[in-house]
Amino acid sequence: MAEINLVEAIRQAMDEEMERDENVFVIGEDVGVRGGVFRATVGLFDKYGEERVIDSPLAELTIVGVGIGAALYGKRPICEIQFADFIYPAFNQIVSEAAKMVYRSDGAWFVPMVIRAPYGGGIGGGLYHSQSVEAFFAHVPGLKVVIPSNPYDAKGLLKSAVRDPNPVMFFEPKKGYRLIKGEVPEDEEYTIPIGPAKVTREGRDLSVFAYGMMHHYALQAAETVAEEGIDVEVVDLRTLYPVDRETILESVRKTSKALIVHEDNLTGGYGGEIAATIAEWGFMDLDAPVRRLAGPDVPAVPFSHPMQEWFMVNPDKIADAIRDLAAF
Amino acid sequence: MPTKVIMPKLGESVVEGTVTAWLKEEGETIEEYEPLVEINTDKVDTEIPSSASGTLLKILVPEGETVEAGTILAWIGEPGESIPDEDQAREKEHEPQEEPVEEPAPEQPEAKQDSGRDKDLGYISPVVSRLAQEEDVDLSKVKGTGMDGRITKKDVLNYLEERKEEKKEVEEEPEIPIWETPADGDLFRPTELVFAQSEKEQEAPPEHKPLAEPGETLPLTSMRKRIAEHMVHSKQTAPHVTTVMEADMSRVFAHRQVSQPKAEARGVHLTYTAYFLSAIVTGLKAVPLANASWTDEGIRVHKAINLGMAVALPSGGLIVPVIERADESSLTGLARQVNDLAERARSGQLKPDEVQGGTFTLTNHGTKGSLFATPVINQPQSGILGTGIIQKRPVVVNDAIAIRPMVYLSFTFDHRVLDGASADTFLAHVVHALENWPLA
Amino acid sequence: MTLSNALKKEMFWVMLLARRLDERAWVLHRQGKIAFHISGIGQEAAQVGAVYAIKKGKDWLVPYYRDLAMLIAMGMTPSEFVMSLLGKAPDPTSGARQMPSHFSMRHANVVSHSAPVATQSPHASGIGLGIKMDGGDAVVLTTIGEGATSQGEWYEAVNFAAVHKLPVIFLVENNQYAISVPQEKQMAVNSAADKACGLGLPGIKVDGTRVFEVYEAILEAVEKARNGEGATVIEAKMYRLTPHSSDDDDRSYRTREEVEKHKKQDPIILAKEALIDEGLLTEEEYEELDQKAKDEVDEAVKAGNEAPYPKGEDAATPVYAEEVNHG
Ligand SMILES: Cc1ncc(C[n+]2csc(CCOP(=O)(O)OP(=O)(O)O)c2C)c(N)n1
Ligand SMILES: [Mg+2]
Repeated sequence: MAEINLVEAIRQAMDEEMERDENVFVIGEDVGVRGGVFRATVGLFDKYGEERVIDSPLAELTIVGVGIGAALYGKRPICEIQFADFIYPAFNQIVSEAAKMVYRSDGAWFVPMVIRAPYGGGIGGGLYHSQSVEAFFAHVPGLKVVIPSNPYDAKGLLKSAVRDPNPVMFFEPKKGYRLIKGEVPEDEEYTIPIGPAKVTREGRDLSVFAYGMMHHYALQAAETVAEEGIDVEVVDLRTLYPVDRETILESVRKTSKALIVHEDNLTGGYGGEIAATIAEWGFMDLDAPVRRLAGPDVPAVPFSHPMQEWFMVNPDKIADAIRDLAAF
Repeated sequence: MPTKVIMPKLGESVVEGTVTAWLKEEGETIEEYEPLVEINTDKVDTEIPSSASGTLLKILVPEGETVEAGTILAWIGEPGESIPDEDQAREKEHEPQEEPVEEPAPEQPEAKQDSGRDKDLGYISPVVSRLAQEEDVDLSKVKGTGMDGRITKKDVLNYLEERKEEKKEVEEEPEIPIWETPADGDLFRPTELVFAQSEKEQEAPPEHKPLAEPGETLPLTSMRKRIAEHMVHSKQTAPHVTTVMEADMSRVFAHRQVSQPKAEARGVHLTYTAYFLSAIVTGLKAVPLANASWTDEGIRVHKAINLGMAVALPSGGLIVPVIERADESSLTGLARQVNDLAERARSGQLKPDEVQGGTFTLTNHGTKGSLFATPVINQPQSGILGTGIIQKRPVVVNDAIAIRPMVYLSFTFDHRVLDGASADTFLAHVVHALENWPLA
Repeated sequence: MTLSNALKKEMFWVMLLARRLDERAWVLHRQGKIAFHISGIGQEAAQVGAVYAIKKGKDWLVPYYRDLAMLIAMGMTPSEFVMSLLGKAPDPTSGARQMPSHFSMRHANVVSHSAPVATQSPHASGIGLGIKMDGGDAVVLTTIGEGATSQGEWYEAVNFAAVHKLPVIFLVENNQYAISVPQEKQMAVNSAADKACGLGLPGIKVDGTRVFEVYEAILEAVEKARNGEGATVIEAKMYRLTPHSSDDDDRSYRTREEVEKHKKQDPIILAKEALIDEGLLTEEEYEELDQKAKDEVDEAVKAGNEAPYPKGEDAATPVYAEEVNHG
């Protein structure tokens, strides 16, 4: 086991998958010589050459559209969108094309591709380098939506995503790229299936459901309130679509209280889906209203530090929300 | 068709009994109600009266043998009659009318508690509601520690944990209601031991005035004078008739045991007075004529049910504060008002209009042991109900002797307004209400 | 058509002021005082030359994030820029919501833009459409990096303006890199101007390091647009002398030699030499101007430091027009 950070885990996953299968290639802005603006593809250009590590023109529609074409042909593209904020030019390709291909061809055509995009704020990136976009895509059947929260999962999940025969949206908490570190086996090959959520901390008093950076924070908050006698269960959703209802409901059956945390803004955010799941199937297990802690309903994360702080969900805010819910 | 004699269930925790002696032999004739067999349980020793007249056909359980409650002990019938085969009989034995000492199963107000906001319990979450149903938890017994005192899931789980011990016993004989427990066989205990608490509540603290010298004339207080005036006026105005019934207070007793702590937690003493008032409301609703006044123009039937309750004052004398629109209050609401009015009556803080406008009165004359009385009507009302002491008494229930907390209810009515039949109908409703009190 | 000496000197002053301000931003970043800077160093000639060819306040400008010198030319003060660098409440472009260099100056018809590249191009065409509908003679100048011309939005915008002969000038500031990606991986043509021919409008190339040449080229296109002759694509070619942004490490994709070579074509030096050649500027005068520029920047930073931050909850509004207080 070696301790590595999140972005290195992602890099390793791509490296190993490219080595395993020569149909796997990477395409995106600055992914080549530069190794990606977040260094996720460092070394791949030298190792696999410019034909498998393609510096695309500055056009996300191109990245995804070309990726879809290559996937239809039989390749396994990993498309990098430099920031999730810039995924919208490709929205049409993702939603109208990639997501619907199997269905509209009655299974004749497949789009085995991964679309990787760093998401999330708290990095001084302002409105257009901080967005959380998962809710848009978790609404689209035909896509899978995965958000890892730690290096081990990130590596295993990304490898599964590359091998998956469907288009997989793989959103990476960019704030955690270097912040979040963890043990990853060095020589041992492993994958983590897309789908199952994971109980990352067992507790009795309430369940916190989170993913990505917020899951990392939720664990911290859980430790903080543990000192006050609140025993928090933390569930890392990991895959947002298809969602692991059973693990969610099982946790609610146990704790009877649910707090859902995401940094995307509240209304229409992914938390609503979890809340609805619990309301629909876990109602008789509830001992308190389901709570959502999310970013405020403003268009995006503002740049100026005090305003960014105001927007961002952080461990303190999570701990407060936990205390509130525990006291109910 | 022969009749069976079975081992009765003589109490909540009584699951079995031992036949100590057969008082008849097989082939002997016996009259219905004639003692047939002596049994012993861990609570009581008792004789079982015969359930039919006829011949003791067969003894199934010999002396000295211990059997479960419900077991057939013997058969009585015509000489030579054949006895139903055992299994068949066993099935029959579950027929409700053949259950010993069993009242028609009372409508158990189930522990079921819907989720949502409850008037008394506060917010009930879905899981709490569900657990209450699944585990048969009476939520009013659970202390809430959540926000605004709501009952949390944890509270219920803790409660269940605590209940486990007691539950064992309860589980063994779940179908026997609490009021059928023949206690510990110690009959006629001093009531104050049984009702120590309620006695205290109901009793106005006795003021030990120095006894007057013989022949001394006590000056008339204005209170004394007013009482005298009222009593004379009433007796002169209305032809008083008093009718008495008795009521089995088991269910009220059981309800109160459960509800008292919860009420207490909210600062309310749940006195028997509140139950009586509530039962009176039921009676008055059934017989509105009892809630009326004689006038020369005609009998005025009151719309509102405003109940006076006589409160003995520490300084002597009594006062009758009125609970307005008693029909609109819950039991706890009544209890709260009883507490408040009694408290303020004793400390002389009643407002004048709080002693006016009554349409019916309750007086509890049992505090010192009175069984029944002939209360005087509080004019211009036409009825007053007196309640005697609540005592455990042996009563015959389904041909068995049971020990029940009993009370005599003395209803004095204005014979101009009511006749014996309607008066008794009213009183029967009061009795029925008390005897069938829903469990908490 | 020809610029007055005073205007030439003014243009040089704006370039110089923008340069000193830009440099200070790098200093502030390396001091840890600001979170981010994206630089216009090396692109001042194209930006200033272009702005002087339009009528400030009457014509419209739809810029992109590198256009610091352009904005200074439009009247933005150094202290206003510093406010946004520091994320201070008085930032006039966005109340410190946007990252620095995401400009807006409504009173000067400078339209707010975002960070996703090429999103501004269709807006320019829409404004041009409005002008045409009203029969006005204003023009729209919009800028973009050469990399961003790969976006569909840019093609679509240019196409629409060409179809409708709209008064729009699409200025491509070709600094030869889109972050790390060189021009040849962005397009197969030699110049973004060559893309115009496929869309049916003129495409003009100009040396983006020479301010007066840019001025001339833009002016011609502006006059055509004003005369109802439609849109033009103009590529001003120069070199991005700095890393892409304060966070970039450009050594991973280009050599120092390459950068050094292009430093000789620094538009400030070229403009200074041109003015000296024409006898419009002396070394001493330059020193004075330079000192003046540095002083102004000092002042601006001082004002920025003294200004308050917005309150966190200021971020809550305005989301909808109804929340805007016009008072
Ligand atoms: C739609 C979109 N994708 C990616 C980015 C990230 N990004 C910011 S600047 C830039 C390069 C832009 O290059 P170019 O258009 O040549 O302009 P320059 O920065 O060179 O002036 C990239 C890829 C972005 N801002 N918007
Ligand atoms: Mg460029």
